[in-house]
Amino acid sequence: MTVFIIRRLMQSVLVVFVMSFLVFGGVNLVGDPVEMMVSDEADQEERERVIRSMGLDKPWYVQYGLFVANAAQGDLGKSFVYGEQALGIIVQRMPATFELALAALLMAIVIGIPLGVYSGLNSESRFSKVIMAGSILGFSLPTFWVGLMFIMVFAVMLGWLPSTGRGETVELLGINVSFLTTNGLSHLILPAVNLALFKISLVIRLARAGTREIVHMDFIKFARAKGLSTQRVIMVHLMKNIMIPVVTVLGLEFGGLIAFSVVTETVFAWPGMGKLIIDSIQGLDRPVIVAYLMIIVLVFVVINLVVDVLYSILDPRVRIQDVKG
Amino acid sequence: MNDSQPTLSVQNLETHFFTKEGVAKAVNGVSFDIAKGEIMGLVGESGSGKSVTGFSIIGLVDPPGEVVGGKVLFNGEDLVQAGEERMRQLRGNRVAMIFQDPMMTLNPVLRVDTQMIETVLAHDKSVSKDEARQRSRDALGQVGIPSPDERLKAYPHQFSGGMRQRVAIAIALLNKPDVIIADEPTTALDVTIQGQILYEAQKLCRETGTALIWITHDLAVVAGLADRISVMYAGRVVEQGKLDDVLDHPVHPYTVGLLGSVPGHNTRGQRLFQIPGMTPSLLKLPPGCAFQERCPRVDGACEADPGITHPVDGRNVRCFHPHLEEAAQ
Repeated sequence: MTVFIIRRLMQSVLVVFVMSFLVFGGVNLVGDPVEMMVSDEADQEERERVIRSMGLDKPWYVQYGLFVANAAQGDLGKSFVYGEQALGIIVQRMPATFELALAALLMAIVIGIPLGVYSGLNSESRFSKVIMAGSILGFSLPTFWVGLMFIMVFAVMLGWLPSTGRGETVELLGINVSFLTTNGLSHLILPAVNLALFKISLVIRLARAGTREIVHMDFIKFARAKGLSTQRVIMVHLMKNIMIPVVTVLGLEFGGLIAFSVVTETVFAWPGMGKLIIDSIQGLDRPVIVAYLMIIVLVFVVINLVVDVLYSILDPRVRIQDVKG
Repeated sequence: MNDSQPTLSVQNLETHFFTKEGVAKAVNGVSFDIAKGEIMGLVGESGSGKSVTGFSIIGLVDPPGEVVGGKVLFNGEDLVQAGEERMRQLRGNRVAMIFQDPMMTLNPVLRVDTQMIETVLAHDKSVSKDEARQRSRDALGQVGIPSPDERLKAYPHQFSGGMRQRVAIAIALLNKPDVIIADEPTTALDVTIQGQILYEAQKLCRETGTALIWITHDLAVVAGLADRISVMYAGRVVEQGKLDDVLDHPVHPYTVGLLGSVPGHNTRGQRLFQIPGMTPSLLKLPPGCAFQERCPRVDGACEADPGITHPVDGRNVRCFHPHLEEAAQ
């Protein structure tokens, strides 16, 4: 296992390096931040002073070299807009996004798996058909529209839940979180459900497909022939098998939740990274964009590693291959 | 057979599959008795209903299949009428089953000890985990698995096919059942391993007094193992009797054909006998005898249902025209 993790870490460094090049190059191809920074009345001298101050007068490879050298020391550049460390701005916003993403992930697991397994076991029942129809809606309705509908129904018409912001936060291990206060929790519900809807549908489908496949396996019948209770057959023999694909997909989707919570955060004015990146793209704030993308790359790399480790815990057959390799 | 009550008595068992194309009578009035420590071979070709008979006994017929008639008397208790919880208590405890494909019967993601210990604990909550582990260890030793302590901690994929089948047999033995239903357990194994497993199975039954139903399509397997034999054809037992009697002097035309098609010493160089035609579809069985379309002895009488007759002592046969000439010799 240790060898496996070390090997994976080395691969990860390479991935991060390649991504840094792509991200840096890509961002430099779009738009000219100078246009956004200087006022229309500025003269040529003024413009060149700004260009120099941002280091944009140097050739691209020198810029990239400087970026990598600084990044190695944890410095991803200063925001053009805020004048602060880009990394600092993002890290400040990170807990909000993580909280939202984790809440959505939790819902996907807690709601998606039982519904999926139920529907897989009773595929002919009426309730199962309702679940499947619901999951099609969850897949196909656009997130922003569902978000707006949530706000209209639950915030405007019924007035049950607030529609913007994080609400009250308390500090937990040095991080601000919403879910520990009632007010914060009420703020979390709508955006989290909105973000989770697609993932719930996905988990339902995965769990259902897995259940339908596994339930006809001989080992399930054998487990029943051993006289185990239905509960144990489903909770242990079936679940452990269907969790393998669910964990794989959810791991990757969690990265997606963090990276692409943009829409939900925008609709619900949730002060997370997604909202920040949209603002930064509009303001062509290159250091923030680059820093954000680099963090997302890191998040994906870490999640992939965690998924691989989890996978080998769930599936003993993978563990053995690792020992041999 | 002795006068004491049989351990398991299957009477007129009927299991039908309600498919879109119609009702398939997979088991159509099967009857047999098994005494303590007795081994019965249930023989038939694919689709003759022998596996479904096995699953019907322990109540594990999956929809659209359903046991629609008959009795399964286990020590006098009718299992067809028993509730789900009562069946759960009996399964793996008093009536155990071994499946055909050892590569598929063990859960790939659970350790062998987990799968064994849970079988003990499912039936006796008072047993401690250590005791259950001890019993699992002993059962593995009993079926000839070397260093059972280490093997308990292994996962199924770390075992070969033969070893996995031994583990499955060990699981079936864990609670010292009264009846074991073995559904072609050696079909997927090579001949050497098959021989070993047959030997172990026979030995265990003799030692523990467990009754064994050995389902197979392989006459050679039954010949070396069973005390009695039931030959199934299209959902019915067409001939039943003592092993040697049936093999030496079959009276049902199907059994005669079946035994005639087995290659033997004096058939070298000759074409093997072949029963003409194919097994009828269970969806549209002809009225009367199901074998009539392939039978050399067929006549008008065969359109009526042949009841069970005893043309020879101790033999149950469903046929109007049994081969009595050979049997009498």
